[in-house]
Amino acid sequence: MTSLWRRHRWWLTPTLLILPGAILFAVVILASSVQSLWISLHDWDGFGPMIWIGLGNYRELINDPQFYVSLKNNLIWLVMFMLAPPIGLAIALLVNQKIKGMRVVKSMFFIPLVLASVAVGVVFTWVYTPEFGLLALIFRAFGANAPALLSDEHLVTFAIVIAALWPQIAFCMVLYLAGLNNLSEELVGAGRVDGARGWNMLRHIVLPQLTQVTFIAIAVTVVGALRSFDMISVMTRGGPFGSSSVLAYQMFEQSIFSYRFGYGAAIASVLFVIMAVFITWYLTRIIRAEERGA
Amino acid sequence: MYPRPVPETAHASRRLYMTLVGAILIIWLAPLFAVILTSFRSMADVMSGNLWGWPTEIAVVENYTAVFTQTPMAGYFLNSLVITIPSVIGVLSLSTLAGFVLARYRFPGNMLIFALFVGGNFLPHQIMMIPVRDLMVRLNLYDTTTALIIFHVAFQTGFATLFMRNFIAALPDELFQAARAEGATPFQTLIHVVVPLVRPALAALAILLFTFIWNDYFWAVVLTVSDNVKPVTAGLANLRGEWVSAWNLISAGTIIVAVPPVVMFFLMQKHFIAGLTMGAVKG
Repeated sequence: MTSLWRRHRWWLTPTLLILPGAILFAVVILASSVQSLWISLHDWDGFGPMIWIGLGNYRELINDPQFYVSLKNNLIWLVMFMLAPPIGLAIALLVNQKIKGMRVVKSMFFIPLVLASVAVGVVFTWVYTPEFGLLALIFRAFGANAPALLSDEHLVTFAIVIAALWPQIAFCMVLYLAGLNNLSEELVGAGRVDGARGWNMLRHIVLPQLTQVTFIAIAVTVVGALRSFDMISVMTRGGPFGSSSVLAYQMFEQSIFSYRFGYGAAIASVLFVIMAVFITWYLTRIIRAEERGA
Repeated sequence: MYPRPVPETAHASRRLYMTLVGAILIIWLAPLFAVILTSFRSMADVMSGNLWGWPTEIAVVENYTAVFTQTPMAGYFLNSLVITIPSVIGVLSLSTLAGFVLARYRFPGNMLIFALFVGGNFLPHQIMMIPVRDLMVRLNLYDTTTALIIFHVAFQTGFATLFMRNFIAALPDELFQAARAEGATPFQTLIHVVVPLVRPALAALAILLFTFIWNDYFWAVVLTVSDNVKPVTAGLANLRGEWVSAWNLISAGTIIVAVPPVVMFFLMQKHFIAGLTMGAVKG
């Protein structure tokens, strides 16, 4: 037994070391995800037997007006979230100065990033509260009445996205600050000698050195936008009348509140396909970089 | 627009610059300040609609005591700790092991396993929601802190393994060659070479994981229902439902949810930033 172990431990030990993590991840995360695709082909209330209905759930989905509202809102999230990288870069440039006290200021700018999204949701619900909130206070200072953002079906999604941008901008800012830290002083200096300043300096000398950071910032922003759930759940529960729902929330609502697990799984699968397109693009980029490095 | 450094000798412009940045910072954090100030207001002021005028009294102690005594918030807070701390420890252990193997052993499928760990991270949580919930029901773990711990350990191991693998892969090769030359087994290499060197990575990862897991809301509402299991995030959402316009108490509750990650962040800021930028592939 011991000699057998000795002869084989060069491969047995690594295998044993990687197994716990790999098995847990494979069973809980990967297998579950695949299983959802299977469940989406059934009619299931979560308790009784699953009834095979093939593409029935998907057929229902393409005729469900709420599906298009959610899809449109996902698109609004995605487009508006793209503001996070440029604004994050702008704040990073603003605080990227070596002045006494700037370190503290930087960490204060980071705060929204570590707040729970539920907390951010409550904070902004309070800001948006008609008559009493911070927004109402500001509007009143100009002699106007603030619109009730969270109960207006046309404005509600924009209001939630603005709240969600708060931590997302902080995230991008952290990434860009790290990037700015690693800028090549020589290139910037050479640019200065050649008379590059302001916009030109940023476009032709600084941004090209930040390509990798920008790639990461856009990636985390896309994932953040598609993952949006917490803020919607806390601020509006998808309302008024489903007008602020997104696929992630609609899926949750259909499964947990209406016990339509098959239909919920179908919505999740659509969200998965959207994300998969993105993951594939992202992974091919990392793996290619990885192979270049190796 | 790439700003030049403000020269060190220009005291006036440095002061002006800091004033400008300070003003922007105040606007940036205004929503948070509004909530903090509201958490100091007395119930009488809130009920009479005096939310922005001069407070008739400062009720900071009353409000925070009320949140801890009249609502289940204290319990939620403990639950969050009971969920978060073991999860962080679990993820750190599993990901160090897996990251070590992926970084230091070439075997067929290495890249595939790595890609699965990374890719799995990007999955929308909803795609695994129903089977995970069902799994916990079948294991009789639904509505327990264990269910949340298992899920968080499983999910975060993907990101953490990527993180540890990259860190361990960047360690100098000579160390591992020397260990092999001295006849160290893989396990001895792990304990005597890898573990002492990855401490900074573990610190960075620990603070990140603490924040991610503490702040989780989705799995808290999917896997728990009882008050004696729920973490603070789901608890805060409940509180908002029950104390509809008691904004002073809801604000105090929000601050209580926010404080642990913010404190952790300020205590371990360098690690947090290093971790976030090193492992930024995480969503």
